[in-house]
Amino acid sequence: MAQSPAPQDRVNDFVIKLANVNGTGSASANSLLMKSIFRMGIPVMGKNYFPSNIQGLPTWYEIRVTKDGYVARSGRVDLMVAMNAETYHKDVREVSAGGYLIYDSTWPRATVLTRDDITILGAPLAKICNENFVGVRNRILMKNVMYAGLLAALLEIDVEVIRALLTESYARKPALVDANMKAVQLGYDYAKSHLPCPLPLRVERMDKTRGHIVIDGNTAAGLGAVYAGATVGPWYPITPSTSLMDAFKSFCAKLRVDPETGRNNYAVIQAEDELAAIGMVLGANWNGARAFTATSGPGISLMSEFIGLAYYAEIPAVVFDVQRVGPSTGMPTRTQQCDLMLCAYASHGDTKHVLLFPSNPEECFYMAVQAFDLAERLQTPVFVMSDLDIGMNDWMCPELKWDDSYRPDRGKVLSKEEIEALPKFHRYLDKDDDGIPYRTLPGVSPKGAYFTRGSGHNQYGGYTEDSAEYQVVLDRLLRKFKRARALVPPPVIEATGTSDIGLVAIGSSRGAVNEARDILHKRGIAVDYMRIKAFPFTKEVEAFMASHEKIFVVEQNRDAQLRSLITLETDVPKSKLHSILHYSGLPMTSKEIVEAVIAELGDARRHAALASAT
Amino acid sequence: MSFINKPKVRHPDLPKNELGLTRRDYEGAMSTLCAGCGHDSVTASIIEAIWELGLRPEQLAKLSGIGCSSKTTAYFASGAHGFNGVHGRMPSVAAGANAANRNLHYIGVSGDGDSLSIGFGQFAHAIRRNVNMLYICENNGVYGLTKGQFSASADIGTKSKKGEENQQAPVDPCLAALSLGGTFIARSFSGDKEQLVPLIKAGLMHKGFAMIDVISPCVTFNDHVGSTKSYAFTREHYHEAVHADYIPLRQEIKASYGAGDVLPVQVHDGSTILLRKLDKDYDPTHRGKAFEYLRSKLREGEHVTGLIFVAGGSQDMHDMMGTTDVPLSQLPYETLQPGAAGLAKILKRYA
Repeated sequence: MAQSPAPQDRVNDFVIKLANVNGTGSASANSLLMKSIFRMGIPVMGKNYFPSNIQGLPTWYEIRVTKDGYVARSGRVDLMVAMNAETYHKDVREVSAGGYLIYDSTWPRATVLTRDDITILGAPLAKICNENFVGVRNRILMKNVMYAGLLAALLEIDVEVIRALLTESYARKPALVDANMKAVQLGYDYAKSHLPCPLPLRVERMDKTRGHIVIDGNTAAGLGAVYAGATVGPWYPITPSTSLMDAFKSFCAKLRVDPETGRNNYAVIQAEDELAAIGMVLGANWNGARAFTATSGPGISLMSEFIGLAYYAEIPAVVFDVQRVGPSTGMPTRTQQCDLMLCAYASHGDTKHVLLFPSNPEECFYMAVQAFDLAERLQTPVFVMSDLDIGMNDWMCPELKWDDSYRPDRGKVLSKEEIEALPKFHRYLDKDDDGIPYRTLPGVSPKGAYFTRGSGHNQYGGYTEDSAEYQVVLDRLLRKFKRARALVPPPVIEATGTSDIGLVAIGSSRGAVNEARDILHKRGIAVDYMRIKAFPFTKEVEAFMASHEKIFVVEQNRDAQLRSLITLETDVPKSKLHSILHYSGLPMTSKEIVEAVIAELGDARRHAALASAT
Repeated sequence: MSFINKPKVRHPDLPKNELGLTRRDYEGAMSTLCAGCGHDSVTASIIEAIWELGLRPEQLAKLSGIGCSSKTTAYFASGAHGFNGVHGRMPSVAAGANAANRNLHYIGVSGDGDSLSIGFGQFAHAIRRNVNMLYICENNGVYGLTKGQFSASADIGTKSKKGEENQQAPVDPCLAALSLGGTFIARSFSGDKEQLVPLIKAGLMHKGFAMIDVISPCVTFNDHVGSTKSYAFTREHYHEAVHADYIPLRQEIKASYGAGDVLPVQVHDGSTILLRKLDKDYDPTHRGKAFEYLRSKLREGEHVTGLIFVAGGSQDMHDMMGTTDVPLSQLPYETLQPGAAGLAKILKRYA
């Protein structure tokens, strides 16, 4: 794909990248910038690329100002704010031709680190900061806020919007509002008198963010768990899932404390490891509470034995897997979709699990609720396959809605009266011929008592080593899994009805695929799109596969795990599926999808596609 | 198939407890353990204790891991739900179950392999968390189901059936529990029902993690000469320091012991554990002294038994978390989320 032209007058359509050092408070300054643009009614995307470290390593933040509402990375950098001397040499190279770079001119800039095709602007931020603020820590923090002011002048971001945001953030510490605003103003004034304000890249008020919020997926998922009625949250800290349970806990601290007694209507338990976390989830679900845990790949590896028990003994469980880069410890603060195979078949023996694929924070919220309903309806573990990009980045998405008529689907749980009306209770009998047996809860009736075990059992719940008895249960479990196909959410399909080329994706690839489709369409290539929302694959997934000749499977891992899963679990011929793989650890860009599609189709095919689309 | 149902015919004059239930009502499936296994005696003591306490079977939840000991939860209280989980991970299942419903009585049965090797971490953290449950470790120093390997509780110098000598230091669950802040720590012997039954009762009524290490000899793999966990060796080196009796709230305390040797400890529901000190120098309410006493007796080759340590007024997991009295599993859904109106309010800061 050819490089786009220089960013001449790119109103509401450009990318800012901010290069910082972690632990300096840059994250707050950067989200302040992003939120200000959002508040001006302009769609934005914000991505934080941070190190697995507390302080001192390079960190970047990318803000895409996108009038068309594209929430993926474009692959361009139009304005680099280079605040980290250590990465300057890399940062200067990353700016797209015709772009801008801002640096701190307090110190001399090495002449070798220059480029003729970009505009380099200096501002002595540290110097101004030292003249106006006292204290080392304060100066470090304020320098970041100062470049927010600088950008406000260069990009025409409304300073009053910044002030309003700061006032909201520091509602309880008004002195901080003044200090921060002073820094904003210093940056703003310097730019106004020394720099070419405004730049051709700039923002202009729009009305395209009304009815939207900016939220990260972990917060939305934690909130979803509250609305699902989850009461027990055992977990073990692991990046990037930690903020999910943190969010659940902080929502509960506000919403779930009995006003009369001051006691908690929830229990968040920090376990000693992931094995204990999932063990507690099973104990609590077995005992009738809605319980869940949040973890990432390494945690799933550790939980696998218990997950097999939950599958075989038919205990509901909800697990949020906020995926990060593997294998092994991998890159804990980078994103991937690399746990698909791990979760789909977690544990030894024949096991299969229900997976949900949220594509943004909005779906994290709704799928959290759905996951609990599915887990209890199917009496099995359900995985919500989020990732670091969704979980930890702030996303613009439609405001979350709630239907007050919702009631949790607790599945086939027998009441005391129902148990006592039975001649005898049998735990694993397929009475309704849908693969799903009835369960009873402890403490309800001695007649409902049974023995939950991971060892061989027959359909009556008794221990068995008899081949036929064992197989009856195992076969029914497979019928139950097939039954899940009708219960999980179907894919989202966007089809022209004429194209025989399909794009298939899951989760956080959504934004990049949407934009890539638009770009391809403009270039005369019509591509249908199916975003799979769950495993097992529904009949719609099969139909889409059958009705397209060439299918691009877009995913964020090296080994084409989604493609493997599709090949294993549907009838689609492997030769139809062409992988577009991205596994750098950074969120996917639309550019790489466009390039891969065009490269694969070749000229002849591309013309054919063109013809069929028109 | 190692599962046999017991005949249901009962003698009409069997003694009944206050609920009108006989001991038979607290039995479970037929044991499939070896004849003479210590674990079956422990099962009998559990049945006796819960019958005497007059607990309804469905008020109990039975939890276990993997191993011979973990099978035993199937052999008592068939009217209670049981959960036979994965090896060494029963404590986490128990903690989760207890988090969901604090109103049931939890009995966990484990063994020395399950608790002190594969599950040592979970054992330790359940003690730290003070999960309100009775935790019985049926300790025989050997792996039975895999045919006779040493476990982590095997003493230095003890011999396996094949004559191999153990070189590694043993893990003593009582010493471990003492150092981890355990609030009810006891040791007993499967062959001493007199001692074990009241300990089980007291442990069930204790608020917090009640650990009873029960020396429970393995007749098949560890009952030979040279073993320090055989019936003969245990009887010989058995030192009862403190005898505990559990006196329910409604029952009058009739202490007939010598003055100065009896120590009443109050349980949270108002009942009393009466500690009869058989060794005058011993103080079962002092953690440091208990630890020293156990160590000094071990050096003499003696296993101290009885209620080794008890902390009155202990804070269990729910107290520490400040959980509501109503079991979390029974809270009405309406009270758990603030609805559409509440959501709109929550989302304001994200707009």
